[in-house]
Amino acid sequence: MDILQIVMVSIVASILFIILKDVNPTFAFFIIIVVGIMIFASVIGQIRLIFQVIQSLGDQANVPGLYLETILKIIGIAYIAELGASMTQDAGLQSVARNIELAGKIFILLLAIPIITSVIEAIVSFLPTV
Amino acid sequence: MLTDISVLFQIAGIGIIVALIHTILKQMGKEEIAQFATLIGFIIVLYIVINGLRDLFNQIKSVFLF
Repeated sequence: MDILQIVMVSIVASILFIILKDVNPTFAFFIIIVVGIMIFASVIGQIRLIFQVIQSLGDQANVPGLYLETILKIIGIAYIAELGASMTQDAGLQSVARNIELAGKIFILLLAIPIITSVIEAIVSFLPTV
Repeated sequence: MLTDISVLFQIAGIGIIVALIHTILKQMGKEEIAQFATLIGFIIVLYIVINGLRDLFNQIKSVFLF
């Protein structure tokens, strides 16, 4: 989908949201969710292309596959956590949104542990042993 | 996957019609049936949205290498 189409869909959705907000707030919230899904669905094909390019570059530079995979997973977790947090925030659940963000941070840290340990091991191996 | 804009109009239409039915049934004094109409409209829309969310999450899983 084009950027123009995404913007038009968002504008139409906001008009529908304003109409529906007074009549039926539950369905208005569903419209927010559907717009989020539609925009990401139109973007995810391009994200796949970008990741393929990144992976082929990494293969050419002999970067170990584990690191690239970890980075992609971290991006995915960050995006999903952001999506959930913004949707719960739209529904008015601020504390739940903050907890989702906390969980996302924890999982990102968990995925980053192998990289951190390998960095620390590299630093330690540089240190002269006394 | 939800890529069609007609889904938006569908949900908005279902919402408006359900609100209408709710109001009419309430005026007629059938409070319980009005609640049921709202609930069924909610379930129909929830089915559409949950299907879309499932497709989205499957796609995220396949793209981000989970």
